[in-house]
Amino acid sequence: MSSDNAASVADVPLIEFRDVEKTYGKGTSEFKALKGVNFQINEGEFVAIMGPSGSGKSTVMNALGCLDTPTAGSYLFQGIRVESLSRDQRALLRRNYLGFVFQGFNLLARTSALENVELPLLYRGMNRHERHAAARKSLALVGLEGWENHAPGELSGGQQQRVAIARALVTSPKVLLADEPTGNLDTARSKEIMELLSQLNSDLGITVLMVTHEAEMAAYANRLIHFVDGKVEQDFYQEPTS
Amino acid sequence: MILNAFLLAVREIRRNLMRSILTMLGIIIGVAAVITMVTLGNGATAQVAAEISSLGSNLLMVRPGQRMGPGRDSSGAKSFKIEDADAISKEIASIVAVAPTASASVTAVYGNENWSTTVVGSNNDYFITGNWELAEGRKFTAAELKAGKTSCVIGNTVAKELLGSNEDVLGKKLRLGSFSCQVIGLLQPKGQSMMGNDQDDTIIMPIKTVQRRLTGNQDIRMIRISVKPDINTDVVNRAITLLLRDRRHLSDNEKNDFMVMDTREITNTLTGTTRVMTMLLGAVAAVSLIVGGIGIMNIMLVSVTERTREIGIRMAIGALEKEVLLQFLVEAVVLSSLGGLIGIILALIASSVGSILMGVPFTLNYGIITLAFVFSAIVGVVFGYFPARNAARLNPIDALRHE
Ligand SMILES: Nc1ncnc2c1ncn2[C@@H]1O[C@H](COP(=O)(O)OP(=O)(O)O)[C@@H](O)[C@H]1O
Ligand SMILES: [Mg+2]
Repeated sequence: MSSDNAASVADVPLIEFRDVEKTYGKGTSEFKALKGVNFQINEGEFVAIMGPSGSGKSTVMNALGCLDTPTAGSYLFQGIRVESLSRDQRALLRRNYLGFVFQGFNLLARTSALENVELPLLYRGMNRHERHAAARKSLALVGLEGWENHAPGELSGGQQQRVAIARALVTSPKVLLADEPTGNLDTARSKEIMELLSQLNSDLGITVLMVTHEAEMAAYANRLIHFVDGKVEQDFYQEPTS
Repeated sequence: MILNAFLLAVREIRRNLMRSILTMLGIIIGVAAVITMVTLGNGATAQVAAEISSLGSNLLMVRPGQRMGPGRDSSGAKSFKIEDADAISKEIASIVAVAPTASASVTAVYGNENWSTTVVGSNNDYFITGNWELAEGRKFTAAELKAGKTSCVIGNTVAKELLGSNEDVLGKKLRLGSFSCQVIGLLQPKGQSMMGNDQDDTIIMPIKTVQRRLTGNQDIRMIRISVKPDINTDVVNRAITLLLRDRRHLSDNEKNDFMVMDTREITNTLTGTTRVMTMLLGAVAAVSLIVGGIGIMNIMLVSVTERTREIGIRMAIGALEKEVLLQFLVEAVVLSSLGGLIGIILALIASSVGSILMGVPFTLNYGIITLAFVFSAIVGVVFGYFPARNAARLNPIDALRHE
């Protein structure tokens, strides 16, 4: 998982999926959600993953985020085979390299925006002062200055999603994974979030992988992967809008 | 990492204040109830034991007749005479004191005051068999006993009620019906007996005086016998029984027409009773501890969905399984030990107040405190920790999806 390893082999892609399969359930209720998925993603890309409902987009994202384990195939992160890592090593991979934004926000209830955002830093043994500074900076980056002490219940959906993005960003991840980040938001809020993501991609060089079913949102990406029935159907680069 | 877990746990307790308080409440009530009940029960037992030792230890009491208690049947049974007591003290080994007694109810008069009490006639051995100490004055002289003089030793209650105070009582003359007696001694107070009667409400006189002037016969109502401390009272009991059977000319197929009571048996019966009471109270309290434990379990299980999702969030942002578990463990330990401590403090307050109200000594039982504390800690930790452990073993996404 060390970055020296990756740097020494210049042509290794950031992320590579080789024939990844995922089967849910067992026996008669068995369901194959991914049927051999292949792609490579390089550092700095802004990828939109599209496809009909049930085509396996979330399954792919969860595998990418090490939140779930594929049943077959290989997931290489900077050339490291993720499936050979232990649970703790995968946790450290999430901690140090990945940021995840969920459709349903997944913030801690009754906990202020600031405390939600600094949560990942608590597991890094950072002192209180550094934690607060970093969390404030991250909240400012998503345009939530002044909302630090509000709990999720006191924030709108768009604001909650920004808190979730701030939490994903606070550790300066290499990759930001977002599963339908605008799925619960109206068009105006969605566009704000998309602009934020594309700004993070271009200004901070964070690799962004995002699931959406809206073409309007996918237009912000410079690459589009289309899923149908657990397989990659189309994979192409495009000129992003704005 | 421990410090970090502690920080996270305290945050979590603060964030879920209501849940934390409810969890602690179960522990507090359970611990407080068990400790209070057992402490008060032990106090009552200690009280009974103390009262029994004030009755006199290694004491045998011989009465004519067979049954005792309500409807006591001594009719037909020949009463004892002073010679029986003399025979016991002469022929039985290993005894310290033999006190024959005769008693009568009287109304004592002093000045304008009068007071109904009991006069006990006996000898100086009575003070030994009854564990009586003199606060003032002296016991009877041999001459007083022999001649049946009207000298008396009075109890604290008689002094207070009749003479107005327990000071300067010596030499005062009390009227008892047709005669008057001079106070020669004052007894140390003993307080209530375990039967609830006032032991200090008594006047002691030479037995001859009582027989001649109050009961009007030579009968002895009871012989009190103190046995040497290291001697088995059963052996002495048997020897006395044989001696008295012989003196009363009972043939082998006749039953005893008298009975010998052993205070040790009374002691055992009474302490046994209070011990059973303590156990009963303890059992009631243990039920409340278990109910408290179930309360904790419910609260923990109800919040398990929320907690599982929360564990999913923590793992998704990179927390290690052991970090999550340590946090939950610390949280459970902090909550249950805090609850346990509050419970112990409440129990100490409740049982010291209770022991004052009940008039029993306050005796702390460290065993039950430890037991209650350990039980509550185990319940708290088990129900706080195991759901968390199950959640932390899931894939993060499964924990997040938990419903
Ligand atoms: N935990 C699960 N257990 C069983 N089946 C699942 C589970 N998660 C997803 N699936 C199934 O896998 C398929 C792909 O799901 P998903 O990746 O969530 O699709 P989407 O593209 O809509 O995000 C769907 O048919 C879904 O029903
Ligand atoms: Mg989905």
